Amino acid sequence: MSAYNFAYLDEQTKRMIRRALLKGMAIPGYQVPFASREMPMPYGWGTGGVQVSAAVMVPEDCFKVIDQGADDTTNAVSIRRFFQATAGVAVTEKTAEASVIQTRHRIPERDLRQGQILVYQVPIPEPLRFLEPSEVETRKMHALEEYGLMHVKLYEDIARHGDISTSYAYPVKVEGRYVMDPSPIPKFDNPKLGMAAIQLFGAGREQRIYALPPHTDVVSLDFEDYPFQAGKADHDCDLCGAGSSYLDEVITDDAGGRMFVCSDTDFCRERREAGHVGALGVEAVA
Amino acid sequence: MKDTERAAIAQRPLLRVEGVSRRYGARIGCAEVSFDLWPGEVMGIVGESGSGKTTLLNCLAGQLAPDAGRVMFDTRDRGMVDTLDMSEAERRMLGRTDWAFVHQHAQDGLRMNVSAGGNVGERLMAVGARHYGNIREQAIDWLDRVEIAEDRVDDRPSAFSGGMRQRLQIARNLVTGPRLVFMDEPTGGLDVSVQARLLDLLRGLVREMGLSAIIVTHDLAVVRLLADRLMVMKSGHVVETGLTDQVLDDPQHAYTQLLVSSVLQV
Repeated sequence: MSAYNFAYLDEQTKRMIRRALLKGMAIPGYQVPFASREMPMPYGWGTGGVQVSAAVMVPEDCFKVIDQGADDTTNAVSIRRFFQATAGVAVTEKTAEASVIQTRHRIPERDLRQGQILVYQVPIPEPLRFLEPSEVETRKMHALEEYGLMHVKLYEDIARHGDISTSYAYPVKVEGRYVMDPSPIPKFDNPKLGMAAIQLFGAGREQRIYALPPHTDVVSLDFEDYPFQAGKADHDCDLCGAGSSYLDEVITDDAGGRMFVCSDTDFCRERREAGHVGALGVEAVA
Repeated sequence: MKDTERAAIAQRPLLRVEGVSRRYGARIGCAEVSFDLWPGEVMGIVGESGSGKTTLLNCLAGQLAPDAGRVMFDTRDRGMVDTLDMSEAERRMLGRTDWAFVHQHAQDGLRMNVSAGGNVGERLMAVGARHYGNIREQAIDWLDRVEIAEDRVDDRPSAFSGGMRQRLQIARNLVTGPRLVFMDEPTGGLDVSVQARLLDLLRGLVREMGLSAIIVTHDLAVVRLLADRLMVMKSGHVVETGLTDQVLDDPQHAYTQLLVSSVLQV
């Protein structure tokens, strides 16, 4: 594809994004403004993540895209094809083989290792946004470390629902300083945020980039008497039998039939290939 | 506390205002205002609309930067400090601990999409409270003190009447035990019977907690009930000061005489 520069974006744009990424890595959790470009896809489809992926990608990379854990949804397939076409990089569905993983709303079940990069698509980077509409004010609150308001949101949850009902985009405090929105991952994934891989967050419409270097101290906010709890559906995967993975509920008919399956399709496939079978699964053909 | 210590504290005003001026272009907002506010004292600022009362209050509360003058506050740890020289972080910290600001319109001072309990608890959480049970207990206690029933604790202020909102705003402000309260027309826009209850409540709280307060109002009845001392403003200037009863019963300045005689007698 000689019609495009490598990975679609021009080199100056990639340099600009890399500068923002380096700044983000230097100040974990801090939202760095960047000049987000128009991308050939609508806002909300991962324009921020795509720009970050394009800026960090090298020709030797092996690229994987997941959407809610799945490799085979429209969003994941089209972004994967986009980089196949514009960068010519190798692509994979296997978490272990990928060097750059772009994700929407999940962290893979398999532990990521040093040397891998996880790129998040972020819709709304500002964790305080729904309580404080003014951007000027929220920036000031970040600068002065005034985070009482974040707990007001959790207080409201408990007052209204009896416990902290926020189940995704659960706010975290990074290195004891910045409060950060981990993008809409389920709070089940929050404990994995201190992983060995580099995590980069890109919000295209809101023009913000932030980052977590490897082994960053990330704490989910909570109350002393209502501690943080990472929750999942109380069930095992019906295909592979896994008891510890995050599950999707799938409606199978209109008579109340349903099944629970791993949201991470690669993790589920690997387990089935290894011979694990769930309650509704069938033996893998060897 | 020993008597000598108490005497030493009482020898120092809580707030010292020196020559505060604020202009809006060529127009005067307020000019050359100076006074001392002592611990436990309630000061009323009265005057007609546009006389600079609110400008002055905003300058004192750090919401507006005056063009000239000093606003010294007796902080807990550093003694008298000019609040205008403070870092913004310090001033905002003061704004949610030792200071409180009661707005004329309750919706300016409340979060309308957060429950009453959350509104009262916000200041507690802002200074580091992280125990839900304790926060809620204090919120309910404060709602009770401002005569809001406990079963309204999870309702949003949008479901409250004007008088209840104003009382909720007061609870939200007083929950962290401030030493100085700024009030901008706290009874404005309320009907007279609700006003009377609110004033009664405020008077009780101010006396009980030993609060110092600066109350801006155009309602002379409010200052008659609440204020120890009075400052009359006209066109940005202070035209008369004195004890409340003295100023209201024996006004010296022509404008004060006009103001006092303008009150309708029923």
